[in-house]
Order: sequence, then C-alpha cells, then structure tokens
Amino acid sequence: MLELSNVNAFYGKAHVLNDLSFEVGRGKVVALLGRNGAGKTTTMKSIMQMVQPRGGSVSYQGQNITGWAPHRVAKAGLGYVPEERRIFTQLTVLENLEVGRQPPRDGCVTWSEEMLFELFPNLAERRGNRGKALSGGEQQMLTIARTLMGNPALVLLDEPSEGIAPVIVEQMARVILQLKQEGLTVLLSEQNLHFAQAVADSVVIIESGTQKFAGSLAALQAQPEIRDAYLSV
Amino acid sequence: MGLFLAQLLTGLANAGALFMVASGLSLIFGVTRIVNFAHGSFYMLGAYVGYTLMQVLPGMVGFWGAILLAGIIVGLIGVIVEICVLRPVYSAPELFQLVATFGVILVIQDLTLMIWGAEDLLGPRAPGLKGVVRILDEPVPQYDLALIAITPFVAFALWYLISKTRVGILVRAATQDREMVGALGVNQSWLFTGVFFLGCALAGLGGAVQLPKGGADLLMDFNILTSVFVVVVIGGMGSLPGAYLAAVIISVLNVFGVSYMPQSTLVLMFVVMVVVLIFRPFGLFGKEEVAGEHGQVGEPERPIKPAGLRVRMLVLAGLVLLGLIPVLGSNFAEVLATDILIFCLFAASLHFMLGQGGLVSFGHAAFFGGGAYVAALLVTYADTPMELAMVLAPLGAGLAAVVIGWVCLRSTGVYFAMLTLAFAQLLWSLVFQWGDITGGDDGLVNIWPSAWASSNTVFFYLALVICVGGILLLRHAAHSPFGYALRAARDSARQAEAMGIHTKRIQWVAFAFAGAMAGIAGGLFVFSKGSVFPNELEIARSFDALIVVFLGGVKTLSGGWVGGASFEAVKDYLTRFEYWRLALGLLIIGVVILAPEGIVGSLRKLGERIGFLNAAEDKR
Amino acid sequence: MSAVLTVEHLSRAFGAIKAVDDVSFSLEQGELLALIGPNGAGKSTCFNMLMGQLKPTGGLVRLNGEKITGLAPRQIWRKGVGRTFQITATYSSMTVVENVQMSLISHHRRIYSMLPYAHRLYRARALALLDTVGMADQADRHCAVLAYGDLKRLELAVALAHEPKLLLMDEPTAGMAPRERIALMQLTADIVRDQGVSCLFTEHDMDVVFAHAHRIMVLNRGQLIANGTVDEIRNNPQVQEVYLGGGMLFNPADGPAGTPERETGHA
Repeated sequence: MLELSNVNAFYGKAHVLNDLSFEVGRGKVVALLGRNGAGKTTTMKSIMQMVQPRGGSVSYQGQNITGWAPHRVAKAGLGYVPEERRIFTQLTVLENLEVGRQPPRDGCVTWSEEMLFELFPNLAERRGNRGKALSGGEQQMLTIARTLMGNPALVLLDEPSEGIAPVIVEQMARVILQLKQEGLTVLLSEQNLHFAQAVADSVVIIESGTQKFAGSLAALQAQPEIRDAYLSV
Repeated sequence: MGLFLAQLLTGLANAGALFMVASGLSLIFGVTRIVNFAHGSFYMLGAYVGYTLMQVLPGMVGFWGAILLAGIIVGLIGVIVEICVLRPVYSAPELFQLVATFGVILVIQDLTLMIWGAEDLLGPRAPGLKGVVRILDEPVPQYDLALIAITPFVAFALWYLISKTRVGILVRAATQDREMVGALGVNQSWLFTGVFFLGCALAGLGGAVQLPKGGADLLMDFNILTSVFVVVVIGGMGSLPGAYLAAVIISVLNVFGVSYMPQSTLVLMFVVMVVVLIFRPFGLFGKEEVAGEHGQVGEPERPIKPAGLRVRMLVLAGLVLLGLIPVLGSNFAEVLATDILIFCLFAASLHFMLGQGGLVSFGHAAFFGGGAYVAALLVTYADTPMELAMVLAPLGAGLAAVVIGWVCLRSTGVYFAMLTLAFAQLLWSLVFQWGDITGGDDGLVNIWPSAWASSNTVFFYLALVICVGGILLLRHAAHSPFGYALRAARDSARQAEAMGIHTKRIQWVAFAFAGAMAGIAGGLFVFSKGSVFPNELEIARSFDALIVVFLGGVKTLSGGWVGGASFEAVKDYLTRFEYWRLALGLLIIGVVILAPEGIVGSLRKLGERIGFLNAAEDKR
Repeated sequence: MSAVLTVEHLSRAFGAIKAVDDVSFSLEQGELLALIGPNGAGKSTCFNMLMGQLKPTGGLVRLNGEKITGLAPRQIWRKGVGRTFQITATYSSMTVVENVQMSLISHHRRIYSMLPYAHRLYRARALALLDTVGMADQADRHCAVLAYGDLKRLELAVALAHEPKLLLMDEPTAGMAPRERIALMQLTADIVRDQGVSCLFTEHDMDVVFAHAHRIMVLNRGQLIANGTVDEIRNNPQVQEVYLGGGMLFNPADGPAGTPERETGHA
C-alpha cells in the first residue's frame, strides 16, 4: 500500500534520513521505532511530503507521490496525525473536525462526527468547547478524529502515546485496533515498545536516520540483541 | 444638539471606508502573518481605478458598479502581488515579508504617478445622492447616510463569512497553523491567495467608496496607513467587531477634533490608542498573540563571537579608506559620506534593539528626529553651543525612550510595533501642529556647528569618529553580559525569567539605549544640515531604518550599518531619475527574493563557501 | 531531616473549575518526590504556582520556612529554586556553554554589565557543570543543533548553576528514548544524593517513576488522592483506576510486560 524506497532527507546540509526502504501492507499496523532524534518524525513528514525527500521515492497504491504538495498527498488518502497534536486551539471541537473534512473515498469508511464521538466518547461532551480547553489526552483524541474526517485509507500516527496518562494510552491502543478492524492501514511511530507490542503487526527500527530492522514482532523477539541495542527497555 | 448629531453622522460615514481597509489588513495579517505595509497603496489604487471607471460608466448603476469593479480589480492586483512578490518569501524569517510590501508601496506610487499624473483628482458625486437631508436643521449629505447604512452590511457579511462558513473555519485554522491545514488536504496556497484577494479588494472598495467625499491623491497611501494601523490595534488584531468599533471611534473623534480642538486633531487618535492599550494591551477585542511556532522556518540564528583577525583587518582597511575621502574625493563626497555615516548609526541603533532584543519597532524615527529636535530647540531658544547640544540630544531622546518604552513594552509582537509607530506619529503631530515652538512645517533653521567644526571636512571627521564609535559600542554591547541577557529574553523569556532575569526591564534598558544612540545620530544630523523638519520624525523615516535593518540582515551583527550604507548610497544615486521609487522598489523586492538572509547574511554564506570565513557548524 | 518545601492548602480556580483544590504536602531535604496524575489533573497548574508563574487563589508555599507565595519566578529562583521545563527552553542562538554562563552571570548579578565579553565570564565553572551532566564535550556546539535528549541534560546543568536547594522538574524525560530516560533520572538521583538537593518532578513514564522516586503523590481532578511509597502507590486500587490502568505501559513488579486489558479502563 505504501512503499518507501531509498528515501533520503536533509535539513540544510545535515543528512537526517539515509536510504530508508520499507513497505506498509494494506490493513496492517506497522510501528516505526527508534530513539528521539532517530528520524521518526522526519520519516512521517517525508511520506506526507512536508519534508521533501532528496533522492529515493515514496509510492502510495502504486503511484509515485514524491514531490507532491502535502495537501495533494492528504487528498490521495493519507491522514497525518502530528506529534505535537497541533489542534486549532481557537476553534471548537466541531470546527476542528470541519477542517479535516474531505469527500468520501471509495473503499474507505466515511466518518461522520457522530461515529467519531462514539469512538471518542470524551469528545462528544466537549463538542462545543474550544480546543484550548481540552486536556492533553482529549487533544490527542481530537487530532486523530480530525484526521479521520478526511476518510483516509492510511493513517500516519506520530507518537500517539507521548505525554499521556497510561489509562488514556490504553484507550488509544484500543482505538488503533478498532481502526485496523475497520480496514484502515496504520503506520505509527513510537518509543514505547510496550505500546507497539500491543497494537502492531510488524516493526521498523531506525537509528540516526538509518534502517536497522524491518520485520514482524515475532522476528524482533527472536533477535533480542537488536531490541536491546536500539530500543533498550 | 443638531450640530452634534450631524457631526456624529459624518464620523459614522467616514468610518465606512476606514473599516473596510482595516478589516482587510487584519484579515491578511491573521492568515499570512504579513504586516502589509502596502495596504494603503491598494486603498489608493481603489480610489484611482474607481475614478477612471466612474468616468466611463454612467448613472447610478455605473457609479456603484464602478465601486464594486474597483474592489475586484484591486483584489486582482493584490493577487498578482501575492503570487509574484510574496510567495517566494513566505518561508523567510518572520516579518521579513514586510520589507517586500514596502517595495510594493514604492512601485505602486510611481506606477500611479505614471498613469494618473501628479494632480489631485476630485471624486464625482454619487448620482441620485447629491443632495443633503436636513436633520435638526443641520445639513447631512445623502451620500453619508447611504454609507452609514451600507457599512454594517459589509461588516455583517464579512463576519458571517469568517465565523459561519467552511471557508471561514479554514481561514481561522490557517491563522493558527497553516502547515497543518495543508496536511489535512487543504490547498493553502490558494487559501492565502484568496485571503489576499479579499483583503486587497476590501482596501480597494474602501478607496472607491470614499471618492465622493475625498477624491484621489498620491499621498493617500501613507495617510490612511497610520489610521488603519491604529484602528486595527485598538480593535484588536483579527477582530472584525473590534475593527468596526475602532473605526467608528476614530472617525467620530476626528470629526469632533476638527471642530473643537483643531490644534490637536492628529495627536488625538494616538492618545486614544495609547490609553486603550494601557488598559487592554491586545486591543478592545483582541487576544494575546501566540507566537507562530509552526510554519515559520528559516535557519536558526547562530551564536555570536567577536570578529576574527581577518574581518577586523578588513574593517580597518575600510575605515582608512573612509578617512581618505576628504583627501581623494570632492566636497560632495564628504557631505554624502557624512549623511551615510549618520544614517548608519541610526540604523545600527535600531538593529541592536531588533536583532539582539527581538523588539521590532515601527517608530524608531521618534528618537532620531527627537534627538534632532532636542538639539535644534536648544540652539534656537537657549543659544546652546553645539558640543552641549550634541550631548543633550541623546539624553533627551533616551529620556523619551524611557517613557515610550515603558508604555510600549506592556505589549508584545505586532502590538508593540504599532505602539512605537503611534508614539512616533504622536511626536510628529506634536511638532507639526505646535508651530509656535517648533516652526511646524517650516521646521527650525540656522542651526550651524561651532566655528571649529564648520568646514565640511572637519564635520565629516567628527561624524566619522562619533558614528563609528557608536556602531562599535553597539557591537560591543551585543557581546557583553547585557547583550547576552537581552538575547536570552528574546530566545526564551520563560527560561530567562526562571533564571532571575527581569526580561521586561532588560528590554526597557535596551529600548532606552537604542533610543539614545539614535538621538546621537539625530544631533549630528541637525548640525550637518543646519536645519530640521518634521519629516525626520515621519513614518517613512522609521520605515527607512526598518527596511535597511532587514535588508542588511537581522540575524547578523553588522546588518544595520551595512544595510544603511548600501541603501543610502543607492538611494542617493537613484533619486536623480524621475521614477526612482519604481527602481528602488523593484530593487528592494529583488533583494528580498534573492537574499532572504539579507546582504550580510548572504555575503557571509559566500565568504564561507570561498573559505574566507570559517563555516558554521552543520546542523544535525 | 527538615522540610525544604512546605505546601499548605494550595488552591487555584479558573472560573468555576478548581484546577488545584486544597493540596498540602512537604518535601524533605534530599528527597526525590514524584507527582503523577492524569492529563488535566492539575500537575502543571500546581508546578506553575510553586514556581511563581501563576498566583494561587488560596494557600501557602514555604521554602525553608519562608513564604514564597506570590513572588515572581525570577525572585523564587534567587531564593534557590531551579527548574526544568516540560518543553525544553534554552537559548537557541547561543552555544551550549553560553547557556550555562548566562545563568551564572545572572547568579552573580552582572546582567546589566556592558564592559566584559560575556563568553569569557565563568566559563570554567560552566564547563564543570556541563561535565556533571556529561555534556562537556559538546560545550561549544550551537544549541540549536543539539539532539532533544542533550537539550534536556543542558537544561539540568542550567538549573543547577546557582546551586539550588530545590529542583522542580516538569516531565523531565518527556520526549526521550527509554534508555535516555533512565539515564537522566539516574543522573538526577545522583545529584540529589551527592549535593543534598531536594527534587520534585512530574512524569508519565512509570518505569522512571517507580525506579527512582523516593515517594509518590497522585493528583486527580485537582485533589491529592494518594501520597506514599512506590509499592503503596502501585497497589493502590484508586490510583490504578484513575491513572495507571491495566499496566500495559510499564514493567510490572514481577513477570513480563502485560497486554492491554480490553475490558478495563474508563470508556
């Protein structure tokens, strides 16, 4: 469904991604693991073309999307949930959802506000509140809900568990599994291996912008030395 | 009572055009974060285009059609400007774009002059609304009543568009985080262009709609700009109801001012603004501005270090060359070099405050002109010798900066910038309208240097020593603990406060220091010219300094004086031609697009590439 | 042992909402105390009141017996309180060592001095502080190019510059990798032990909290619902319900990592 081949990215002269190549299969949940600064967010942004890769290509459903404008990538069916939440704090919950709204897409769930409120009951009570009045956990839910309004086929979740109370993180994990059941494909970046283990089918590990491992969870368990070297739990 | 009501109605009618222009400016700023200096120019274009259309289209339908068409045409011109001038520089550091819009002002000024000529145009009266209505025996023009009726509809339509429609939601979302809006599938380039169209169209509409009351002339752009800034700031950036209310307050106040306090009409507006901002630092309906953390890119500023030996030798060589001007050059060269030196010190003082302190002032001329007037007044009324006057000039300017800084620093960001502009205008209007003391428009003349310094050559050396000394002092201050603390307050006020630094106070001291340094330049200026006029306090003077700081490079230590020297030299050359504004405007736009890090920033890059300077550390 | 920090009936309301409601606790010298709780429980509000960024609507904060409620952050800093931020706040236009020097310059009350070169002042002391946090080798790097974990360590060095009696750390390991988290908290624990500093910190990473905190307090809806040792908190059913959940996200006291309990947790 999504394929990166030899993706390289730079900030100025600094080489932040080095020949990344991996695939995300349809309907799978893939976890991108690595330390902070390993290049996880840059990978996400390179897929969205918010950072333009220099060299290599990103293809989505067989189409080369390298060099597209981010809004075009989003329209093609990729939904991006950024790390720092970035909700529109001056807008209400409903208005935030409106920003994310896109026309229905063939073969994907068409989300309505009510379906999302079912998925995130906390948001339902807050629909008229401004974004800034929400707690950190509610903001995280709103970012996901906002992206789902675009009826994406593939969701990029950047560090969904960061800075959130354990109980809410568990709720997040249930939501991801539910999305998978609905047929969505998910690529999430994580530092928390526990969380990744709970939701992911396979993992990609990167370190200093270089890919160190790609395979199933079971394969990773079989190679504890890799896990210890790059994840160190 | 009747007169009172009639005046109130006139004020309300005047508020219409002002509101339209102000809401356009506010809208553009909200979404693009660009302070559009050229907004007054679009207003002016609206008037000229509307005038021409009214000559062609007949009757009542033609009149109103011309107004609408003028709005659309100006909106389209705005689109051209946005696509050609602003799109290439959206990724430049914050506020850099305003330099480009300044270039646009100059270009539009000369193009208007070319097309419509220098003569003022008298606007036609509205067909069918030429008469007056008697209200309590006072004549009120019918057209005024029409304007009073129309404005709320425009305001309501705008409010509805922004608060209730999907487009409005997208616009508000983009105001906060445009990159994210893009990542959610919205084509933000077109959203920007659309907002620019709407904002400029509103300005054009404002220009056309006031034709029957005011006509069209070439000074309209700057004249409206100050009022519009004041309206937007009083109402609160981004607030439509605020803009409407403020437009009404200012317009009504102006009408009453003309009748009851003709000596202080210009001052009044700024006094109101200062009072409002003292109680509500973000305007009547404004919210505290959250610095845009997203969507602003550009390289992080580098650590500073004292110049290396090579650069010092280069500077020394340059100074020796400068010192040889009287020997090698003409009398004219001496005078020109003196002018440039003084301007460089002025620019460097602003650069210190802006670059190191992050304090963007739109009114730094207050202290340059202030210093000049302090010296001139002392000479005129107290026969003060030049030496003493030149010492008291920076003291006076510094003192003014202490007071003005205290008020302005209650706000931050664009509000701070607007407040400084307001105070500069306040000083300007004081000087302009208080003719008995300041000579008003005629200025103060016959202020000559002491006998020993009266030759051009001696005065040149005096200026050289003072200005170079001042610039070096500013530069050293940047390397001192004071400069570091100032930078700390700018980089992270949160951390600075948590390490015992009183950030507001350090900024206050920096403001006063920069003001005093500008005062030195002002004092020198008076004695070099022998006279001073109110235009040394003018908004255009402040903008000159601001533009050169950006052109020179904010994120460098030498941007101020390098920009100042280049700008003055180029301007001196270009003003020999008829359409010099056009050329200068295009040149500024060119520099903005080609060298977004300013002259020094780009030269530094070049120097590193050819190995003259040590390269900066690579980012990870 | 004596209390370094005493908090009595601290409260803060935003309109009708009580963000912090009658919170009282004390912090002993040399103690490493964790404050945990769900997002929006009032941890940040509480922290901001301790540091002076927010005025309490009621209650008292004492530092070594002296009332500091209502003082500005910079005044509280001068009384010997250092802090690190949840989202790092450093001077990005300076080098690493200059960040620390800035704190030392302020500590020696020389921020208004215009004569010396700032980058030459207190450099040796600043380097020693960087050495404490293992950043000496990066002293002359540009702060803007540092990795996030290094910024966090730099912030700690900056906070230690004026030899504080009390350290307040708001989510010190947020955004760091697991190994870095443990290392940073180990470093903090060492500093607390060696220098007799007291430390109060908030944290979401339970591995970090359980491994290093001497004592834990739990805040929920503005109220302190638990205050005790690691084991007491871990086994407190109320804390499990409002905060810890099914234990999917941290290493349990015994046995391997758990899987999420799909039925528990609030809906």
